[in-house]
Amino acid sequence: MLSWLEALIILLVLTNFALLGSSRLASLIRLVALQGMLLGIITIASQPGAASARIYILALGNIATKCLLFPWLFYRAVKEVNIRREVEPYVGYNLSLLAGVISFGLSLWLGDRLPFPTKAFSDLAVPTVFFMLWVGLLLIISRNKAITQVVGYLVMENGIYLFGISFVEAAPLFVELGVLLDVIVGVFIMGIIIHQIDRQFDTLHVGQLANLKD
Amino acid sequence: MISLSFAVTFVSSLAVAPLYLSIINKTKAFFAGRQGPPLLQPYIDIWKLLNKGAVYSKTTTSILFVSPVIGLGCLIIATAFLPVGRTPSIFAFDGDFIVLAYLFALMRFFFIIAALDTGSSFEGMGASREAYFATLTEVAFILGLAAMAKKTGTLCLSGMLTQISGEMWKQSGGILALTASSLFIVLLSECARIPIDDPNTHLELTMIHEVMVLDHSGPDFALIHYLSCLKFWIIGSVLVRMVLPATVHSAWLDQAMVFAAVAGIAVAVGLIESSMARLKLNTVPQLLVGASTLSALALLLGLR
Repeated sequence: MLSWLEALIILLVLTNFALLGSSRLASLIRLVALQGMLLGIITIASQPGAASARIYILALGNIATKCLLFPWLFYRAVKEVNIRREVEPYVGYNLSLLAGVISFGLSLWLGDRLPFPTKAFSDLAVPTVFFMLWVGLLLIISRNKAITQVVGYLVMENGIYLFGISFVEAAPLFVELGVLLDVIVGVFIMGIIIHQIDRQFDTLHVGQLANLKD
Repeated sequence: MISLSFAVTFVSSLAVAPLYLSIINKTKAFFAGRQGPPLLQPYIDIWKLLNKGAVYSKTTTSILFVSPVIGLGCLIIATAFLPVGRTPSIFAFDGDFIVLAYLFALMRFFFIIAALDTGSSFEGMGASREAYFATLTEVAFILGLAAMAKKTGTLCLSGMLTQISGEMWKQSGGILALTASSLFIVLLSECARIPIDDPNTHLELTMIHEVMVLDHSGPDFALIHYLSCLKFWIIGSVLVRMVLPATVHSAWLDQAMVFAAVAGIAVAVGLIESSMARLKLNTVPQLLVGASTLSALALLLGLR
């Protein structure tokens, strides 16, 4: 049965492919913001009956941070540190897309085989979670700007968040909000660190960061 | 009765195919504020070329001469696989969608060796680009058709296209939408339209498809013009039957609806051509790989 929910999840999957294939930092930031928005809508749409107040808090908190706050921070970071606004990947875009397709197949296989105590709201939810973890990891290891590392980390977090709302009955609100808070602090700190790295070393190329030794 | 409606559809598809080219051109002219060429211009062009003599360079062999004819044969066979309204074609058999892909490939192969046959390095460059992009397009095409075959549970093209229904869109619209968007990119690429290739360009270094056929003249060139129209009709009618599965339970009316809906696709292509520019040559593969990704995604979702 195709519900709007399923369509939203497919859109979420497509944003991940777009992340793997896009070459501009600005479009990466926009896509991650779109993911935050989609996750917020999925949070509300995934509730069978009328959603309770905690669901709305969760959804609105998610949209406010991932769709408004983080993109603003990212844009500021990109503007301030004065870097080339392209991704410059170690692994090419086409190869990344191919890796994406393979990892999506793997996640479907894995998602069908893992037993969970309660059923997720959609068959696609759990495979998408694994897929987003893969994509986040792929973005972290195959792109060489410090900012794309944060984007990859955020994609992984989005995946974990989707996992959380798949089993929202079983997970307490405070755990979810706590995770969200952790992420906010993490992105803040990374924003500051990126700025400092740029001021100290004039580059955000992670390959050169490996040379930093005492 | 079935063979009569098939014969009428078959002949009329061969006859109206060039009309869609002029619908694209009319749409482009409308958005550019021009009047545009008359609706029958493609026919007039083809007629004019057919009445001219052909010029063959002394370096070429018979390959240059036979390649458009072989192409015509390939596409006429491919047209015969298309269903009539909502009934399968009488030539349909299991696995004919793979034959369809191979017919396109065979035609392209002959165009490419004809381009190499002229001995011109410029045409060699065009042929190499065409081969490169076609390789990527084929992946999207085959995977998309495979996703449809999996979804409808039949291996024959007519069967797949006639089994798609509104019910199926409700149940697994995601898969069908992914396949349809991938096939639309395939259509743009196979028919050498913007954003993959610009049919109007004669700026030498940016041409892809046009380069290969520079040495064809007269009737050969008329055939090549006609073949690109026919290709648009074949892929366009496959796409139309995917996105508009409505039926009124009458083979004639259903087929008339398909003819009208392909005109809609031609308008959409015209809209794209008037609103965007051609992609940079090195970003074209990215778009085509993206189309393959959509098809692969549809197939994976259909497989579970």
